Amino acid sequence: MKIVKEALAGTLESSDLMVRVAPSPEGALDVVINSEVMRQFGAQIEKVVRETLERLSVTEGLIVIEDKGALDCAIRARVQTAILRAVENPVLEWSALS
Amino acid sequence: MTPFVNPRIEHEPAIAHLEPFREFARHAPYLRDGARKYSRKICASLEDAVRAAGVRDGMTISFHHAFREGDKTINMVVDLLARMGFRDLTLASSSLLSCNAPLIDHIRNGVIRRIYTSGMRGKLAEAISHGLMDQPINIHSHGGRVRLMDSGELAVDVAFLGVSTADEFGNANGISGRSRCGSLGYAKVDAARARTVVLLAEEIVPFPNAPASIAQDDVDFVVKVDQVGDPSKISVGAARITSNPRELLIARLAADVIEHAGYFKPGFSLQTGTGASSTAATRFLEHRMRARDITASFALGGITGGIVDLHKKGLIETLYDTQSFDADAAESLRTSPRHFEISTNAYANPTSKAVYCDRLDMVILSALEIDLDFNVNVITGSDGVMRGASGGHSDVAAGANLSIVVGPLIRSRIPTVVEKATTVVTPGECVGVVVTDHGIAVNPNRPDVAERLTAAGLPVTTLPDLYRRAISLTGEPAPIGFLDKVVGIVRYRDGSVIDVVRQVKD
Repeated sequence: MKIVKEALAGTLESSDLMVRVAPSPEGALDVVINSEVMRQFGAQIEKVVRETLERLSVTEGLIVIEDKGALDCAIRARVQTAILRAVENPVLEWSALS
Repeated sequence: MTPFVNPRIEHEPAIAHLEPFREFARHAPYLRDGARKYSRKICASLEDAVRAAGVRDGMTISFHHAFREGDKTINMVVDLLARMGFRDLTLASSSLLSCNAPLIDHIRNGVIRRIYTSGMRGKLAEAISHGLMDQPINIHSHGGRVRLMDSGELAVDVAFLGVSTADEFGNANGISGRSRCGSLGYAKVDAARARTVVLLAEEIVPFPNAPASIAQDDVDFVVKVDQVGDPSKISVGAARITSNPRELLIARLAADVIEHAGYFKPGFSLQTGTGASSTAATRFLEHRMRARDITASFALGGITGGIVDLHKKGLIETLYDTQSFDADAAESLRTSPRHFEISTNAYANPTSKAVYCDRLDMVILSALEIDLDFNVNVITGSDGVMRGASGGHSDVAAGANLSIVVGPLIRSRIPTVVEKATTVVTPGECVGVVVTDHGIAVNPNRPDVAERLTAAGLPVTTLPDLYRRAISLTGEPAPIGFLDKVVGIVRYRDGSVIDVVRQVKD
């Protein structure tokens, strides 16, 4: 999927996260993660975000995560939602979302 | 002229080594001055009080923290001491909170060199965890603080104690006047032990001010200040009231444990510590007490509105109050004949001649972390940064017949049940039951309690099981990096060292 516009998903409540995605002018995939639990879970959060992007075939874009200690399931859901809001006419492959 | 009123005893060898009487006011000259006789303790300004108290570089100064996040006294006095040029002071506040962030500059500038406290939060805790101080802070329990004073290690030179009212002789309390914090349980200890005692009074009222929580014979100087604290902020932070359903679920489970653990009998006693679930557990006790026709003999410790409510309804006969956690508690202390103010010496000092916490049947306590050996951390977050207080945790856990530690299994993504506690404050052998929103674990050293809770149909499991559940939800946290430098020494209530806090690695 190709990110064609800016989109948001999530909140800044505790145990949630805010995902901001935007098209990348250089055509690169840039993932920026800020988290309250960076020390303990920074690597795990990045892994979940990249896996989720891969399943959605997102190969370029700017992905900014503001994490407030969300569990993996919440991270996946928020990233998916942000991406689907940022693409034109998404054709959903539901099996890739689970 | 003979110095003696009675000249016949002048050459009496039996009294040669004793001072001869001269005149009645020789050692109390204020008695010859009608005005000074009454007003000799009153200082015109806080600066005058500091001078009168004889503060010098390197001294130990102390405070109480009964106003918690609403305290105005600590920052005001330390600011003034800094402006007056004092240095190398040891700060011995009964505790420090987020509102004490302005102390950071005074530490950096060398005004404060050492700290004794029950705990710390916010920016100050963050800075000290990152190595702000050259010398590690000493973290003590409420009872352990008194023991440190009595042992001579913590010798307070000048205590600056904020009170809502005092008379000119220094009789003071926290239940009259405008800014009422209620119990002065922490301050009573300093008043009795500090070499010099300065009262910062928001109002100076006509003599005699009663009750005298702090009594005139312990007070050296009295100074009027604009505001000593904001009581509306006492119940902010640790002492908050919750409507969070998960915390209420834990509170209800804790009440179930109280009901079924074997101590829920007529005349039982209890304490609920700070923390949302702990405080909220009292809400679930009333109908259990009525249904079984059981009343409690006393409740102890930090007294909350919830406890006061049970007291007013006749379900708890007597309250012993070291810290009033809200306006209801302060008002009850003022009005109820069976609501008593006690010092932390009578509350929990292990070397006191008797402490109330040793008479407790059950206590509900909070935790930041509980490890597989039931050790409890209430000081450091799982990121290694200090964010809590020892308080009465280890005191009451040691004294009570059953201590019940409550907490959510995970806080956002951080597990509360962990393999090894980041910092041990209360040893696992003093923890009877752990209550989480995912189940209850009973210490193997209490098979009697495990049997009763299981028989009552409560969701009893084990700590390893709770730990596995937590990790399955959150994933395995990466270990926190620490530097070698020790930033905090955790003193057990008897003065021994139970753990240290190291500087966190960025």
